Amino acid sequence: MAFAEHLTSPAFKENARHALADPQLQSALHGIETGIVDRRRATVAKLPEFDALRDSARAIKNHTLAHLDLYLEQFEQKCTAAGGHVHYAVTAEEARAKVLEICRNANARLVTKGKSMVGEEIAINDFLEQNGITPVETDLGEYLVQIRHELPSHIIMPAVHLTKAQIEADFRRVHTHLAPDRNLEEHQTLLTEARVILRDRFLSADVGITGANFLIAETGTSIIVTNEGNGDLTQTLPRVHIVLASIEKVVPTLEDVSQLLRVLARSATAQEMSVYTTFSTGPRRAGDPDGPNEYHVIILDNGRTAMLGGQFRDMLRCIRCGACMNHCPVYAAVGGHTYGWVYPGPMGAVLTPSIVGIENAGHLPNASTFCGRCEEVCPVRIPLPGLMRHWREREFERHLSPAAVRSGLAFWAYLATRPRLYAVAMSLFVFGLGLLGKFFRRFRWLPLAGNWTQHRDFPAPQMQTFQAQWKRRIRTQ
Amino acid sequence: MNKDVTEAPQPATKRPRVGLFVTCLVDLIRPAVGFAAVKLLEDAGCAVEVPTQTCCGQPAYNSGDRATTRAIAEQVISAFEPYDYVVAPSGSCAGMLKTHYPELFAGNAVWERRAARFCAKTHELISFLTEVMKVSEVTARFEGSVTYHDSCSGLRELGIKAQPRRLLASVQGLSLKEMHDSDVCCGFGGTFCVKYPDISNTIVTKKAEHIAATGADTLLAGDLGCLMNMAGKLQRLGTPVKARHVAEVLAGIDIPAIGER
Repeated sequence: MAFAEHLTSPAFKENARHALADPQLQSALHGIETGIVDRRRATVAKLPEFDALRDSARAIKNHTLAHLDLYLEQFEQKCTAAGGHVHYAVTAEEARAKVLEICRNANARLVTKGKSMVGEEIAINDFLEQNGITPVETDLGEYLVQIRHELPSHIIMPAVHLTKAQIEADFRRVHTHLAPDRNLEEHQTLLTEARVILRDRFLSADVGITGANFLIAETGTSIIVTNEGNGDLTQTLPRVHIVLASIEKVVPTLEDVSQLLRVLARSATAQEMSVYTTFSTGPRRAGDPDGPNEYHVIILDNGRTAMLGGQFRDMLRCIRCGACMNHCPVYAAVGGHTYGWVYPGPMGAVLTPSIVGIENAGHLPNASTFCGRCEEVCPVRIPLPGLMRHWREREFERHLSPAAVRSGLAFWAYLATRPRLYAVAMSLFVFGLGLLGKFFRRFRWLPLAGNWTQHRDFPAPQMQTFQAQWKRRIRTQ
Repeated sequence: MNKDVTEAPQPATKRPRVGLFVTCLVDLIRPAVGFAAVKLLEDAGCAVEVPTQTCCGQPAYNSGDRATTRAIAEQVISAFEPYDYVVAPSGSCAGMLKTHYPELFAGNAVWERRAARFCAKTHELISFLTEVMKVSEVTARFEGSVTYHDSCSGLRELGIKAQPRRLLASVQGLSLKEMHDSDVCCGFGGTFCVKYPDISNTIVTKKAEHIAATGADTLLAGDLGCLMNMAGKLQRLGTPVKARHVAEVLAGIDIPAIGER
């Protein structure tokens, strides 16, 4: 894998250990639970038809996926007719090469970037830097993770893992041309500083790269949904605008998009609408006051076509709202970086193995309690726990699960499929443990159960199983 | 136990035959929950039987071992074929039986039919009492304050939230103190808690704080797995909150709380 240098998913457990021991991270994560979850609940409660809208959003995406080839072709035609260029990239490498080619043709030195998860997926910033082009993230959260040389820890709140004190320290470390004794105490002063720094970049950038929340087939339009206005400056001011999208971003009509937008902002940020919803169709036309001279849309596959024909097709409905991770108890405990790649949380636990291979991301679909809260809030009703289970099945089939897990499971399965033997074995087990229970009402340590007893007590059982007691009761009746 | 007078589910002469799916944890660790379930079902007018059984298959299912899961599911479906109803004192196991068994047999017409019949008659204990047997109150007494944790599978797969609270409201002497985020996972997750013990510990520690903050003296829930997780954490933290399965309280069975004597 070309992006293996950023992939730490195999070290999930180690990542988790660090995350759990990091007080700053834990304090930053606390904000998600107390803020966004409550606000989403309140926003959704104000819209009685929210669940009906979710059904409709699911139907729109399902319909599109069933006819994806047709809608992609239609998008290409309409976009081209509007003066845009559409490029298909099968792999991340192809997408990177295309971006570089467009930048080189434009003699680009400085590239501004709006938020793009596809951009993260193809690691475009590193690649541009290696090729002598300076990329500058302009979404505040993305800018923060860029100056820290990190991946985003959340798909819509990239810097949610940071506290204000960390941001202040980073600004002092990076913005060395500013007065060292300047006041950065308030949120407002931090924002102003970022704004001043980025303003200059917006005006001098040669190329602007954005993502796309949706591509509209009937009009050849790309849409970005933002709150900071940076996306608009990124795509309007430079000479060239490159849109990084992936095949599942296309939807048939403007009407479809308006439905999806109603569930997107509510699910993502608990807003009824984002502050900016910007539609781009082709480059600047004669008479337009602004806009780029060139408009390119790069549509990435990177494993998605394979998902389309398989068990993970439902995942392609995802509209990247992040509600699943906001509501995930595991994400809330360990944060996004623990997942070890671009897409964290429940959606990442399904998507990441599809892109980087289950052999590299096996922990992700396993590190879930299957509590189902992600599926409960998903605006397009993706059965995330079920899809994670499918990954566990793939692992099991390919003998990728840890040997201890497999042998433990095999031993248990041998007994569980032989009820009589099971009854004997369990009676012995319970009798033994129950004997000890005569001395201890609960255990602080048990052999082979260290992973349980290191954190919690284990209750001593009675000395007979329910089924044995029941049989005795039947006999004596 | 009283029932709504408007709707008697079965004539007195023909009591519904209930096969109790006792669940492996109750069978091994806390048989009293099984006897509480039997009492509640008999009080509601059911004839209860307990066919030989092992487990619902969730450990295999959630570990990706579909072949073993199917073998166990066939065993369970066959064992419970003679009964009018299958009832389990666990939202997690009942959810497995009711919502996941059918997908195991997709494409096998014979077993699909058998699984569908099985699912249709399978219920979690408390929702069976309130929705099928129309039980609206119990005669038990419990002196104390309780807080109720909504276990995930029961809540999200089977819609169990109001039913246990409705029955608890009829227990004399009992007061309910709701905890913050009662519907958020306790971190048990079956094998999750031993595969990722540190993460599980962080989640259950938070849960224990929410439980303690209510000031209730007893924690109730409908799933023994979650209860053992929460009780074990509360005890390790030295929090003096006792944990019990909700069926024990509703049945008025007086035994030491989980991990106590």
